[in-house]
Amino acid sequence: MKVVVCVKQVPDTKGGVKFNPDGTLDRAAMLTIMNPDDKAGLEAALRLKDKYGAEVTVVTMGLPKAEEVLREALAMGADKGILVTDRVLGGADTWATSQTIAGAIRSLEYDLIITGRQAIDGDTAQVGPQISEHLGIPVISYAQNIEIEGDSVIVERQYDDRYHVLKAKMPCLITALAELNEPRYMTPGGIFDAYKAEITTWGRADLKDVDDSNLGLKGSPTQIARASDKVRKGQGEKVTLDPSESVAYIIDKLKTRHVI
Amino acid sequence: MDFTLSKEHEMARTLFKEFAEKEVKPLAIEVDETEEFPRATVEKMAKAGFLGIPIPKEYGGQGCDVMTYVMCVEELAKVCGTTAVIVSAHTSLCCDPILTYGTEEQKQKYLPDLASGRKIGAFGLTEPGAGTDAQGQQTKAVLDGDEWVLNGSKIFITNGKEADVYVIFAITGMVEKRGRMTKEISAFIVEKGTPGFSFGTKEKKMGIRGSSTYELIFTDCRIPKENILGQQGKGFNIAMHTLDGGRIGIAAQALGIGEGALDRTIAYVKERKQFGRAIGAFQNTQFQIADMATKAQAAQLLVYKAAMTKDQYTKDHKTSYSVEAAQAKLYAAEMAMEVTTKAVQLHGGYGYTREYEVERMMRDAKITEIYEGTSEVQRMVISSNLLK
Repeated sequence: MKVVVCVKQVPDTKGGVKFNPDGTLDRAAMLTIMNPDDKAGLEAALRLKDKYGAEVTVVTMGLPKAEEVLREALAMGADKGILVTDRVLGGADTWATSQTIAGAIRSLEYDLIITGRQAIDGDTAQVGPQISEHLGIPVISYAQNIEIEGDSVIVERQYDDRYHVLKAKMPCLITALAELNEPRYMTPGGIFDAYKAEITTWGRADLKDVDDSNLGLKGSPTQIARASDKVRKGQGEKVTLDPSESVAYIIDKLKTRHVI
Repeated sequence: MDFTLSKEHEMARTLFKEFAEKEVKPLAIEVDETEEFPRATVEKMAKAGFLGIPIPKEYGGQGCDVMTYVMCVEELAKVCGTTAVIVSAHTSLCCDPILTYGTEEQKQKYLPDLASGRKIGAFGLTEPGAGTDAQGQQTKAVLDGDEWVLNGSKIFITNGKEADVYVIFAITGMVEKRGRMTKEISAFIVEKGTPGFSFGTKEKKMGIRGSSTYELIFTDCRIPKENILGQQGKGFNIAMHTLDGGRIGIAAQALGIGEGALDRTIAYVKERKQFGRAIGAFQNTQFQIADMATKAQAAQLLVYKAAMTKDQYTKDHKTSYSVEAAQAKLYAAEMAMEVTTKAVQLHGGYGYTREYEVERMMRDAKITEIYEGTSEVQRMVISSNLLK
């Protein structure tokens, strides 16, 4: 069984957000982590490796620095790491990113592709399903549990108040939720092995069946007009009232502020 | 000379820090209050490979260097002195002598279980009449057929009741040395559950209160002849060499305790306001913080140098790291005591309460000046090397 896991290096929000003068994220200046949903996806793949001896290949697209998340994945137990990096791929939105990743995955053998639901820097939840569209395979998103049965996967797909159990024939793509599992820690020995391992680096030329018009900033139908740090709100006002008085209190406040 | 850590070491530190913050820190107050051995944390550390860091992969370890191990103990100690010493005693005092002096059979038999954390290790040298003076030992081992028969007791044993494998020292005879009769000491591997091996009282301690510190009692305890560790009569050398390594672990523990107290103090003085401004704005506070940070940094350099020197020994089996280990432990332990005391002072009344953890850190720091050779012993080791 061969599993491909897509991961993204994202800013660690604990370290603060920094911007370039043009308003884009200054990724090089920020502390980074493996995107939490992706990490859960990797853990799910590693559990398939523990149980069925699956081979786990991790793919990421990003700056050369993104190699770090691949080393981390290897230190957790993944078998191979592929970094897709090229200047012409920069500035990609979800469309161009999914085209790029799909172009890379076309050169790999796989039964299952696992991506995180969404990245904490973009929060779109689009890339995983788009990859499946480009590759023409089924997708089950928001997985909270994954089981294998013969040549199929059985996935619990999460909703707000329930979950659906879906079965799909492999090859297929699953998007994982952070709450899917508790990812394992890297091992100290795994870290040293990870730095001895070779990371495969692919550029534009290594992407299969992708048109230039779908790549990078030029291939991105959406553009970020402006990005800014979240404006922190004040502490607010806390009042403890009897329920009978509280409605009148809230209505009064809303009227004062001309909301109603 | 390059003071930059390798990428591997940096990533290992990230791992240890994340583990310490997530798994160890939230339990530190409870472990201290209840004096209970943090078994669940030890199991998590075992799973993450923290109990076999410098043990070669062929014996089930992580195959990392001493530097990586030291960083692990340091990061754990920043949040919990108890958890740090569990790893240190297990690794430096039990795994290390078996790795260094064990036969191939002993290494195959014991190291995979110890390195994977399926079993915990301990070390028994100290007795009521034999602390620094190892010659004061009373525990005896007599060969009877194919078995050694142990009689005597050991005190202040870290990981005492929780361990499964013990490296124990005992007198195996009298030998003439420079015209005087002296005790011949040998080392043994003793397993928990061996008939005649029992536990005495649990120590009630000032600090590292979750660590299991017990008396070990041997009453006609029979162990197989092949459980002697190293050559008969070489026990004193094995003990001293093992303690040289152990001191690097304790130095790392002391370093972490000092750094942990400093981190908390920096955060506190930025927030605590008196006379309308943060106490960190007062020059007295600034100078205290500067001194604390400088000493912690100096301690870190000594500890890392000792670790690197032991790594050199691992490669050539020649390089001595005795003085480096003694200097690292002496300085780091005294730094930890000074920095934690200042941390409590800077926290004022809150620092004296158990809610603010610098109080526990001050209690934990004290033992680092005492166990595995007091600060006075470290001074003896250092000076005797200079004045020989």
